Amino acid sequence: MFRRLDATPGEIRFTFDGTEQIARPGDSVAVALLAAGEPSLRDTPVSGAPRAPYCMMGVCFDCLVEIDGVGNRPACLTPVAEGMQVRRQRGARGVL
Amino acid sequence: MGYDLIVIGGGLVGGAIAWGAATKGASVALLDQGDIAYRAARGNFGLVWVQSKGAGMPAYAHWTRTSSELWPDLAGAMAGATGVDVALRQPGGLAFCLSDEEMASRTALLHRMHNESGDIGTRMLGRDEVRAMVPGLGDRVVGASFCPIDGHANPLYLLRALHAALLQHDGAYLPGRTVDAIDAAPHSFTVRCGAERFTCEKLVIAAGLGSRDLAPMVGLSMPVTPLRGQILVTERLRPFLDYATHVIRQTAEGSVMLGDSQEDVGFDTATSATVMQDIAARNVAVFPALKDASIVRVWAALRVMSPDGFPIYEQSAQYPGAFATTCHSGVTLAGAHALALAPAILAGELPERFAPFSSRRFDVPSA
Repeated sequence: MFRRLDATPGEIRFTFDGTEQIARPGDSVAVALLAAGEPSLRDTPVSGAPRAPYCMMGVCFDCLVEIDGVGNRPACLTPVAEGMQVRRQRGARGVL
Repeated sequence: MGYDLIVIGGGLVGGAIAWGAATKGASVALLDQGDIAYRAARGNFGLVWVQSKGAGMPAYAHWTRTSSELWPDLAGAMAGATGVDVALRQPGGLAFCLSDEEMASRTALLHRMHNESGDIGTRMLGRDEVRAMVPGLGDRVVGASFCPIDGHANPLYLLRALHAALLQHDGAYLPGRTVDAIDAAPHSFTVRCGAERFTCEKLVIAAGLGSRDLAPMVGLSMPVTPLRGQILVTERLRPFLDYATHVIRQTAEGSVMLGDSQEDVGFDTATSATVMQDIAARNVAVFPALKDASIVRVWAALRVMSPDGFPIYEQSAQYPGAFATTCHSGVTLAGAHALALAPAILAGELPERFAPFSSRRFDVPSA
């Protein structure tokens, strides 16, 4: 669905639901996963419908993912980092 | 053409009365101001709260219970007419105590209310008892009061449903109308909004803080003043709290609402960091795991308070047919407003149970 404008190879390794992914320096988690062809990153808390990143500027909350064990992190505002473990946000986050 | 009833104020109080009257066959117009109004109905916490309402005024305690009992009918009617689920739940309500002093003062309040207005099953829970009911409580919670008939609902869905249901009964919802003046005669009123004129036989003033200036136009007194409250809202979290509580409520969708401040700051709807810190700190003491929850929204709104905090319901002696209605519990009292007060207003006479709510109680010479 999304295509990089140039072919510079990625060098940052992270995982999404346990599968290794490659990102470029400067990518947000959302950019890296969209470029990798992930169709959606979370399921909504109320109806369980799938959602993908939409606004890419931190206001729509449709890109929420679990990052290194912390739920509901905005993938579009979080720079991807080496070794980061990202998981799909399945419904509402639990804190207790 | 005139209306049987015009309600000034399109919030929860006015909306409930207008819809309730329309279901009885009255032709009704609901005049709503607009975004320049303070709109308490858009800032509500959403409690259907009984346990501490009406200390010092048994009529108010009983009126609140009536509303709590009528709420399921109101919620059912909203769902049936509009398809809107107002998310009413009445699992009981808790007021947490964080010190022995708070336990003592809460115990005294409930004892007083029991003596004044009867037993509704409210009781104090000790440290272990409250933990058996609610998981995740912090060490500082020493107990709570519990009332089995308390509940909560979504106030924004209720407001939307009341407006939609009014239209279904051929009521007129007229937004963007600021009332400039009311020409009053017994059982005959002309409401002037800019160049427009609306006439009616019965008139209800339910304009929140705007009522103060409108009421004297029809020989009524509604000396209401603002009391600010601030609310914090978290991201949606997995359900952990079904009960209503006086300061924390988890909505049907999972958001957690945190309140409630009581600030005498006039007509100021700004939020403030110090108050929000106090609200967050108290709620983290109750549920320590909330320290990891993100806050996604905050707001402040103005409660509509009478001098003693109790509602005002009164028919004008000078201009019969005009009624004053105001309270700070538009959600809790919505059931009673729609299903008990509205029919009484249409009948033209407030029954005896409303006598204690007259504004004449404020006409006491100061010492």
